[in-house]
Amino acid sequence: MTLEMIAILLGGLTIGSALMVVLSKHPVRSVLYLVVTFFLISANYILMNAQFLAIVNIIVYAGAIMVLFLFVLMLLNLNKDSEPITSIGIKLAGIIAGGVLLTVLLAALKDGLVITQQAVESANNNGLVENLGELLFTKYVLPFEMSSVLFIAAMVGAVMLAKREKQIID
Amino acid sequence: MVLASIFESGVSIDFYIVLASVLFAIGAVGVMVRRNAIVLLMCIELMLNAVNLLMVAFSTYHGKGDGQVFVFFIMVVAAAEATVGLSILVMAYRNIRSTDVGIFNKLKG
Repeated sequence: MTLEMIAILLGGLTIGSALMVVLSKHPVRSVLYLVVTFFLISANYILMNAQFLAIVNIIVYAGAIMVLFLFVLMLLNLNKDSEPITSIGIKLAGIIAGGVLLTVLLAALKDGLVITQQAVESANNNGLVENLGELLFTKYVLPFEMSSVLFIAAMVGAVMLAKREKQIID
Repeated sequence: MVLASIFESGVSIDFYIVLASVLFAIGAVGVMVRRNAIVLLMCIELMLNAVNLLMVAFSTYHGKGDGQVFVFFIMVVAAAEATVGLSILVMAYRNIRSTDVGIFNKLKG
């Protein structure tokens, strides 16, 4: 089994589970298929020698964000019965629009490939924690600090939004 | 390292471009087709991940780490976006008892 075959297998599984996210009627099943998709994308990262991002993807996406989605789903008690039904016209229109988008994307990127063709460097260690950390704390230190401000803003905003409004005692 | 030499051993950048495009299109179709607002947010996450995949592929392809740092920042923004989006949804659910985006057209004047 060559590496190419592994990559194609992983890619097929990724597309399949991503399709199941959209197709499954039950919201909880959608979340679980999305977790599977994130694990498969992490496997793709490992295949591309980006170990740090693979681990961060599992911890942040599959571990934190998806658990948040699952909590909200269970908090709102959504199940198959409460799932809104899309009309067949909108479904058809969405699929046609998505197909056109895919066609245009692939056609545009196919021509662009000729320009970017260049010698592939031999096995690089860019994806390791050491190299990424060095980049993050030297070249990209300002965006890194700004992201903490973004997190504070998101945290305060989420608490403010989700808090129950005070009942007026009068 | 065996895995590191994948780009020399045959998996071309074309493969990852096609994979990321297909994932992005699936996410876009999901946003257009589904009406449950939580599933809509999940489809947006799927689209973000398609972009991340392409970024990592090009980062490895060009042998520079900058693309992977950008993926890191995309994850930061996606986490913040999911938090705020979900809290808006919880608040909206308290008021209208539904997450159907079709009902939100009550907002129009």
